[in-house]
Amino acid sequence: MNRYEQILLEHMERHRNLVVMTAENRMALRNIPPYLGKRFIDVGIAEQTMVGMATGLALRGNIPVVHALATFLTLRAFEFIRTDVGIGQLPVKLVGAIAGFLSEANGPTHQAIEDISIMRGIPNMGIFCPCDELEMIAGLPTILEAQRPFYVRYNAMPSLGTINAPFELGSSITIGDGHDVAIITYGFLLKEALKAKEELESQGIATRVVYLRTVVPIDEYTVIESAQTCGLTVTLEDHFQTGGLYSIVAETLLANRVSADVQPIALRSRWFKPALLNDVLVYEGFTGAMIATRIQSMIEDYVVIPIPF
Amino acid sequence: MTTQRQLELEDLALKVREHILSLSTDGGCFTGASLSCADLLVYLYTEFLRVSPQTTQDPLRDYLLLSKGHDVPALYGVFAELGFIEKSRLQNHLKTHDSIYWHPNRNVNGVEFHSGSLGHLLSVGMGIAYDCKLRNTDNRVVVIVGDGELNEGSIWEALLVASAQHLNNLIVIVDRNEFQANFATEELIPLEPLAPKFEAFGCHVLRPDGHDFHAFDMAFKSLDEKENDKPIGIIADTVRGKGIPSIERRADRWVCNFTKNEIHQLHQELQGHAIADLESEALIVR
Repeated sequence: MNRYEQILLEHMERHRNLVVMTAENRMALRNIPPYLGKRFIDVGIAEQTMVGMATGLALRGNIPVVHALATFLTLRAFEFIRTDVGIGQLPVKLVGAIAGFLSEANGPTHQAIEDISIMRGIPNMGIFCPCDELEMIAGLPTILEAQRPFYVRYNAMPSLGTINAPFELGSSITIGDGHDVAIITYGFLLKEALKAKEELESQGIATRVVYLRTVVPIDEYTVIESAQTCGLTVTLEDHFQTGGLYSIVAETLLANRVSADVQPIALRSRWFKPALLNDVLVYEGFTGAMIATRIQSMIEDYVVIPIPF
Repeated sequence: MTTQRQLELEDLALKVREHILSLSTDGGCFTGASLSCADLLVYLYTEFLRVSPQTTQDPLRDYLLLSKGHDVPALYGVFAELGFIEKSRLQNHLKTHDSIYWHPNRNVNGVEFHSGSLGHLLSVGMGIAYDCKLRNTDNRVVVIVGDGELNEGSIWEALLVASAQHLNNLIVIVDRNEFQANFATEELIPLEPLAPKFEAFGCHVLRPDGHDFHAFDMAFKSLDEKENDKPIGIIADTVRGKGIPSIERRADRWVCNFTKNEIHQLHQELQGHAIADLESEALIVR
């Protein structure tokens, strides 16, 4: 039994209201089915039906936790999520596997790099992208108890040992207090952000890293505060530049009438090169060292273009 | 079913049709698709479903989900007649101070879930049916789908899963009025032979006349003796626009928004008097 399954079972023992579902993806659920009996449902490769059934189960007072690869869950079943779970405002938990770079060598069909953009377009949908397994486990009980739908980027990567404060929705963890650069990020890229911080600081660029414990709701206060404090704010994410963290941070600042220099490190206008994770990071420029180099050139290349009158 | 009861239900269905007609002006509604399932809904709410205006939140109630949500005027007509909602509330149709519009909304007592996008409520109903099995309660879950709605792949995907999960407390009823939006089904996406399709997907299938209360009674009563673990598929053969000959089986009478004068004539026609003289243009929508 893995830690994720343990948390689900612990919740089940306390509340008796979980139904764990999958569209024939048992990567995270190898051992739990016998413990759940009829409260485990494998619908086969039928994401729409799974989300529809989850809606009906939620209407009867259950907390359905549904599993599928992130692309098929958020795209194939999107209208069911938006129209049934979303309009119904039901506490269905949507767990997407191999989101972002974690699809590795599967290719563009499996690359969920617009998932955050489309999920956050649904009113009241929460988004949780844990940086490692420990963080996923720390957040899961709160996510399961939240009376709202949630989208989770499943991430069982080994612990970074960085995060140990109690989990709270809409909170963040700031590592370091540098005033030159703030790197705001979520998910497993936190690890690369921390490497980039070390690299930048070895060159005299004082850096802080803001890790968002939930992307929605976002810790507005910390986002604004770091953008106001630091010379340059960089958003780092394995997601298309459109609609993801860069957009969320930009919207947050604009809506609060804050002007700041904010630059994105994200995927632009194309899907990423399919390969094993480390090779993807190198090819796409997302290793800690490459992130540091990209941030350095953002600082060096910055020229104020005079506005012609 | 006694003849007396049959006459009572026919009388009730006529009142429901009058409500549908009254909603077919000042913005209008999906009149034909509502008229086709009026008899079906009258039968279900009076003779089959264990639910009343007072028990719409009771966990032991039977469920009815209107997956072809555009026929909601028929449902609201039934609700108004049976006391789920005040009759006067139908005057709020399309008004911003209420939730009575072209598709169902849960703010109306008796509506289990919203719909409007076709192909959704079969799987939602399956989730409800599954939970009833988990709790060992004997609720029945009825899902009404349109025949045009059967174009949606999600219906067939859901049937595969319903059959795999042995949801024999699930009843899928097709309002087989032979039209989808602006076309005859057999002209655009032929569905026949339809019963064998449902059988092949693992359903126990019945095919009653969708405007004959006696036929409904035979079909639904036969379910009590059914001893198998299959979901139930009922294909109710109906007529789009049933009860008003001038719009019956007309591909061009999909969304209807009649003038007050036409509505007056159509009420006469519904009572079996002269055929209405329709001047308003047929609306082609979708």
